[in-house]
Amino acid sequence: MSGTAPAARWRGPARLVAQRVVLALFTLLLVSAVIFTISGLLPGDAAQELLGQGATSEQIAALRHEMGLDRPAVVRYLEWLRAIIGGDPGMSLVANKPVAEIISERLPNTLTLAALTTLFSVPFAFLVGITSAVTRGRTTDRALNILTLAMVALPEFLVATIAVLVFSVKLLWLPSITIVPQDPTPGEFLRAYAMPVMVLGVGVIAQLGRMIRAAIIAELDRPYVEMARLKGVSQRRLIFRHVLPNAVGPIVNAMALSLSYLFGGAIIVETIFSYPGLASLMVNAVTSRDMPLLQACAMIFCATYLLLVLIADTVAILANPRLRQG
Amino acid sequence: MTAQAQIAPSQTGAAHVEVCNLCVTVRAPDGSALRIVDDVSFAIPRGEVLALIGESGSGKTTIALSLMGYARGGARIEGRIRVGDATLDGTESASLAAQRGNRITYVAQSAAAAFNPSRRVMEQVIEPALIHGTASDAEARRHAVELFEALSLPDPAGIGSRYPHELSGGQLQRLMAAMALITRPDLVIFDEPTTALDVTTQVEVLQAFRKVVRDQGATGVYVSHDLAVVAQMADRILVLNRGRVREQDAVRAVLETPADDYTRTLLAAARPVVKAAVPAPATGSPLLSIEGICAGYGPVDREGRAAHPVLSDVSLHIGRGAAVGVIGESGSGKSTVARVVAGLLAPTAGTVLLDGQPLARSLKDRSREELRRVQIVFQNADIALNPAHSVGEILGRVLRFYEGISGHAARARVAELLDLIRLPAAVATRRCDELSGGQKQRINLARALAAKPDLILCDEVTSALDTVVREAILELLAELRRDLGVAYLFISHDIATVQALCDEIVVLYKGTCVESGPARAYAAPPFHPYTDLLISSVPELRTDWLSDVGRKDPPRLAAPDDGGGLCRFLPRCPVAIAGRCDTASPPLRQLDSGNAVLCHRSQAELAG
Repeated sequence: MSGTAPAARWRGPARLVAQRVVLALFTLLLVSAVIFTISGLLPGDAAQELLGQGATSEQIAALRHEMGLDRPAVVRYLEWLRAIIGGDPGMSLVANKPVAEIISERLPNTLTLAALTTLFSVPFAFLVGITSAVTRGRTTDRALNILTLAMVALPEFLVATIAVLVFSVKLLWLPSITIVPQDPTPGEFLRAYAMPVMVLGVGVIAQLGRMIRAAIIAELDRPYVEMARLKGVSQRRLIFRHVLPNAVGPIVNAMALSLSYLFGGAIIVETIFSYPGLASLMVNAVTSRDMPLLQACAMIFCATYLLLVLIADTVAILANPRLRQG
Repeated sequence: MTAQAQIAPSQTGAAHVEVCNLCVTVRAPDGSALRIVDDVSFAIPRGEVLALIGESGSGKTTIALSLMGYARGGARIEGRIRVGDATLDGTESASLAAQRGNRITYVAQSAAAAFNPSRRVMEQVIEPALIHGTASDAEARRHAVELFEALSLPDPAGIGSRYPHELSGGQLQRLMAAMALITRPDLVIFDEPTTALDVTTQVEVLQAFRKVVRDQGATGVYVSHDLAVVAQMADRILVLNRGRVREQDAVRAVLETPADDYTRTLLAAARPVVKAAVPAPATGSPLLSIEGICAGYGPVDREGRAAHPVLSDVSLHIGRGAAVGVIGESGSGKSTVARVVAGLLAPTAGTVLLDGQPLARSLKDRSREELRRVQIVFQNADIALNPAHSVGEILGRVLRFYEGISGHAARARVAELLDLIRLPAAVATRRCDELSGGQKQRINLARALAAKPDLILCDEVTSALDTVVREAILELLAELRRDLGVAYLFISHDIATVQALCDEIVVLYKGTCVESGPARAYAAPPFHPYTDLLISSVPELRTDWLSDVGRKDPPRLAAPDDGGGLCRFLPRCPVAIAGRCDTASPPLRQLDSGNAVLCHRSQAELAG
């Protein structure tokens, strides 16, 4: 109600957001248990992996004892959980370096790639989604539909391989490996990132564009849109002032899903372009049974995902006057 | 060309709105062209209001929208339309489409859906003035507040900062009228603007509309299916049926000396009368007894009260084969009564007895036999019936569930049921979305009948139907009751409908039963003050009704916020007694007519 004091007006949404935060933290706790359990199910362990096939079972047992791997799983879980809450994910069993150090080398790379891809693909996704929605059923919409479907369906390794073939091998425009020099010039920077961003962006644009189209079309069928048209509202104003504010909820949720994919799902792109990101780090950790590193990476991916969804939920709550005042 | 079309232009050369040989065609699903408006011509002099009357599908909204050069779903408009100096194609002057929201404005049927839920009301009301540049932001806001005041909206200065979900349907409808008038238009189109409102709200909204339209001197087009409403608002009436003009004349002439058969049908259906004579229901122990029901939504606290209580201490009895009507405004709790009886909502207190045996509070604890005996029919057949299933499948499911019959026996029963609801047996193979609104409501009813129930809960089953179809359904309900001896709990907001069908009527106000008794006692006072308001709010088929009803006494006393066990109607009661109504809860009075009313006023006072 309009009569309530400003402080009271924000109590409703604040409570809703607080509920979401608590829920997210609880989910993260459950996820940590799942990660710990699943990583324990992998055959073999770091001791075995380090000593190789020639090691005797006594040697392996001794190393296990030294690494603390022979203690009960619950004890190890609680210890790990306490450490990770304190911000210390432990020592890498393989590299003998703190996990935090290894991750801090890779995390900025992943963040840069994700940020660039977001900047590149979100505007295009909106362009595709809005164009497609307002020309619904007509030729433009159908062409865009086929195009985005194809982009979603094409596996990334294929897109990446074709891109390398065209831009690196035939045209010789771009490097086939993403190595960012120290203190790059803007030109070097763009050249280095052009291909991985493009390959990742194709999927995001298609996926997100389709979701934006669906969200806008759902709104276009509502009576207030016809009313706005009968008020003489122009198409541009209709989309930006009337429809988009109501479609914010589904769109930000679709964005959260797409962006979380840029974190953990970039593994193929990282591998093809030899890009030192978090996803390839995690795969290496699996092959070398480096549990602390593996668990830390998995926790980062999950936390990012939860954070993105939390932000999306908050934006959706704030964009909806009913929830905002509820 | 009809003769009428040829003379219309020359006769009304100075008319503000001129429509000649208007045809609107849509593409049917099979690709053929379907004419939904066929050769319609009319003219409206400046400052007059023309009503477009007809059932759904008569093309009245399509015609109204074509005056703005607007067609839904790719329909094609042909013919000549001129509004002022604007024409359909705009070849000589301005086009109609360019006048949308500026010189020609529109008030939609459901304001609750037509307002953008995420923007403040004021922004939306002044938007037409801003995009068409008819006023500056500050001027538009000032004008909007003046209009809010003229439309008798509460808190004219502050109401604009609300969001649509914070306002009632009647308030939104008036705000939409303000939005239509903000550009000082020449032509305002009202498209069933009060159909979705309660009768008591409708009166206020109609009065507000009439006042502002007259003050502005605008020409009006009023689309409605309700002749009584139109009689208050319009100067002339155009009767439409299946896209064609049946009759057009001055309001009084159409009401008093209708020239066309179809007009006469419409007039007859405006006041439903049921012809089937139903014998008086057997006396004796009631079929269904509801005793002291309290129910509500949300979590239940330690004292057994729901967070949002809806019903408080409601009791009613339905005899075998009897029809009991429940009326009240939206929010009165009338649907909640049906939900409690059906077991869809567990009451927080009270009992529901079927044949003297208590029914379990919730659906899952009831036996199949108990479920079979009480069936519910919902308002909207479109939503209640699965569109993917054929009529035969919908009815067959019920037969399989309750009687365990299928195959040939079930098909024979389906044919029997369809005969019962006066539809041909061939309908069994059709899907529901191929049927008309009235046919769907019959199938909805047949679904309940398939269980051979003792009691059918009818929740606003005629409210979404046109008057002519409504009358046919009421007739069918009465015949079924006569032939099968089934009892009804008939819920409606329309007292005329309830009076036509029911033996007894219960009036609910905010979850309290304020009056109950035999239906015939509702023909004349004494009534409970709320019943009086409900009955006097039903528009009558005469042109001066709205002016008469306007001279009602305002509420007398302010009520405490929490109600405090006092009469719930106190804040709106025109005959409240200071020192009595605001201090003690009202007693239940037995009147000579057989009605019981919850009121401090005596029988003699209520009759006066």
